[in-house]
Amino acid sequence: MNRSERILMGNEAIGRGLVENDCRIAASYPGTPASEILASVADFAAETGASIHTEWSVNEKAAYEVALAASYTGKRAAVSMKQVGLNVAADPVTRSTYLGTKGGLVLIVADDPGPHSSQTEQDSRLFALFAKLPVLDPSSPREAKDMTGEAFRLSEKYELPVMLRPTTRVCHARQNVACGDPERKDVRSRFERNIPRWVATPAFLPELHRRLNEKLDRIAEEEAFYPRLVSRGGEESRRAVAASGVVFAHAAEILENGGFSGKTDLYQVRLPYPLNRKFIGDLRKRYQEVLVLEETDGVIEMQIGSDFVEGRNTGHVPRLGELTPEIVEKILREFLGVPGEAPSAGQGKGKRPSLCPGCGHRAAFFAIRETFPKGIFPSDIGCYTLGMNFGAVDTCHCMGACISQGAGFYHAFAQDGPGFPSIVVTIGDSTFFHAGIPPLINAVSQGARFIVVILDNGTTAMTGHQPTPALGIRSDGSRGAAVPIPELVRAAGVRFLRECDPYDVERMEGILKEADRYVRSAEGGVAVVIAKHPCIVGREARKGQPAYRMSVTEECIGCKACIEDFECGALVFDPDADRVRIDGTLCIGCAVCVHACPVGAITAEGEDR
Amino acid sequence: MKQQIVISGIGGQGVLFATRVIAEAAMEEGLPVLTSETHGMAMRGGTVISHVKAGPFQSPLIRPGQADVGLFLHGGNLELHRPFIREGGSLFVNRPGPAADGGIDAAKLAADFGHPVIANLVLIGHAVGRGALFCGADTLRAVLRRISPPEQLEINRKGFEIGFGFEG
Ligand code: SF4
Ligand code: SF4
Repeated sequence: MNRSERILMGNEAIGRGLVENDCRIAASYPGTPASEILASVADFAAETGASIHTEWSVNEKAAYEVALAASYTGKRAAVSMKQVGLNVAADPVTRSTYLGTKGGLVLIVADDPGPHSSQTEQDSRLFALFAKLPVLDPSSPREAKDMTGEAFRLSEKYELPVMLRPTTRVCHARQNVACGDPERKDVRSRFERNIPRWVATPAFLPELHRRLNEKLDRIAEEEAFYPRLVSRGGEESRRAVAASGVVFAHAAEILENGGFSGKTDLYQVRLPYPLNRKFIGDLRKRYQEVLVLEETDGVIEMQIGSDFVEGRNTGHVPRLGELTPEIVEKILREFLGVPGEAPSAGQGKGKRPSLCPGCGHRAAFFAIRETFPKGIFPSDIGCYTLGMNFGAVDTCHCMGACISQGAGFYHAFAQDGPGFPSIVVTIGDSTFFHAGIPPLINAVSQGARFIVVILDNGTTAMTGHQPTPALGIRSDGSRGAAVPIPELVRAAGVRFLRECDPYDVERMEGILKEADRYVRSAEGGVAVVIAKHPCIVGREARKGQPAYRMSVTEECIGCKACIEDFECGALVFDPDADRVRIDGTLCIGCAVCVHACPVGAITAEGEDR
Repeated sequence: MKQQIVISGIGGQGVLFATRVIAEAAMEEGLPVLTSETHGMAMRGGTVISHVKAGPFQSPLIRPGQADVGLFLHGGNLELHRPFIREGGSLFVNRPGPAADGGIDAAKLAADFGHPVIANLVLIGHAVGRGALFCGADTLRAVLRRISPPEQLEINRKGFEIGFGFEG
């Protein structure tokens, strides 16, 4: 066993690469599949004694701006996010290519072809092309680590931010990766006033844009990024496959096998944009047929020209979705005329995810739905999106959208007369910080009338329990200043604010009714209810709450109401007994399900109930 | 040595830890290793799958029909994930009832021992006991010693041994 090697997840390998390459400032907002990057920067910094400021920023735009300014001082900085986070950071990112950077700046954007855990499967390399930003596309955790160093060097050479674009299959792969000691340059921060550059009013932009184009031209001529010829199809091969990212890894492995070997040249494109100019010319000169394999859109293909190559845009490769190895095998068989069939994956429907047994969100959703059987329920992104499983979530769009959707629904219905429906928006605490505050101000100032329930579980649960600004805990565990949610809500102009623990279903229902009366009163507006219960995945939270002994009595009529409308995983139907029973290994004894049984067959014993 | 292993289960059953244990075992044996995991929303009780490839591979994913071993922590996933297993590959399934055809009630064995969460290690122990994995028991024991948190070590070790010694 090689002791300098460790098994690292792709995201950890990137984090390690940042630490080894003297990154001094790293910022991020969590989002699958990028979440583990920042946490591992903090961990490896602690382990190696590297001095790095790490932060879970309030959102991706703030994260990018923090890292960008740090780069102005000559230090290396990095920012990581998922692909839709890049939409949030789009504004500062697009301008930063014109103005450029000083210290190396690496923008890590994790794409999610499929998608597995995202609201789109957009290709960030296409965004890089739009923003005129060089982009590296790693095919494995090991390569992702190496590319962090390459990205810093490229960034510093051209004073441009550089994007590193892993996909889910790289982020969440693990591999044995060699780890070294951090390189330390002891750069001291310096900032030189440079108005044409850092203020860059429109008068200066044509010149900055001209220089940007020139930089990209030079990068497209860098020999180091001429795609690697990895395997050959014989001296005279007139066929080539050009692949990037993890799809390259799938293709390389398939082409090693029996019927495929020696049939084609295979190139790995490591820098899909700007694509090496000479490579484009050489392909056109040397080959008759070229297949491009890439995720998720035809970015390399577009630069070579769809008149010449086969790929996503020509329909030879599916125009959407992840290119799994079995799909790649099928495409390669067709392209190379190798007979045989790629076996296909299983067709069953897997088990859908569900809120954890005892999750406070379930209790809140239950209270909302019971109080407003005819309500409209815009919601948002987080564990609580799963409220859709039991009819308590009607919409989910993008971070923070639910509050504006509540306002939009209200204004549309209010035009039709006074009997507008009860609109109850649910938004998590982290999402509220990320993108909920401006829409709340907007809704209040535009006179909308609806209820916002902030599901406050004190963490960013979905992505692995990163702290929110309300906690006053920073990414390395040290203390920061806490920003309380009620103060923000009041400052946004909200005049009705109540807090409750959703486990107390009756009390929450009472508050919701009161909120609805306020919304409909003469002086009514937006009402906010903070439903506060810690995420029970946290051990401390579990210790801090009573655990009742739950049972289902003979009274159970087997109607499954508790399973279908409440969906706690610990409630299981026992067909032999024709009634529901409690799975003791999953139940945490929260006793909320007592309310879900229409005949009172679920009982709680012990503690003080 | 080359071996491809699929670990299938539902979020919360410890599929990720099982993946890590087997990957570390590969490294312990000096084999290159690649894995692929499910993260995100599915971890809240939904279907999850991990791939482990020990030996010289490039892609982190296993193609259908190529896995040598399938470890199923949730029998309900068989329909969906069984197609990954090659003909003649071996299958170990955590399911209630008498042991047969690779079936073992790992959940019950773990619960009887007082720690339902170690069903994953019971299943791995069973596969190692049957000689189906690329590595032997001593490698696995060394890995558990190395990566278990101190307060969890005894429990993990015992879980592995229960599966390893299982005669069903
Ligand atoms: S992780 Fe926490 S917030 Fe998410 S479903 Fe489970 S208990 Fe609820
Ligand atoms: S008490 Fe009821 S709702 Fe709470 S975890 Fe147990 S079964 Fe689920």
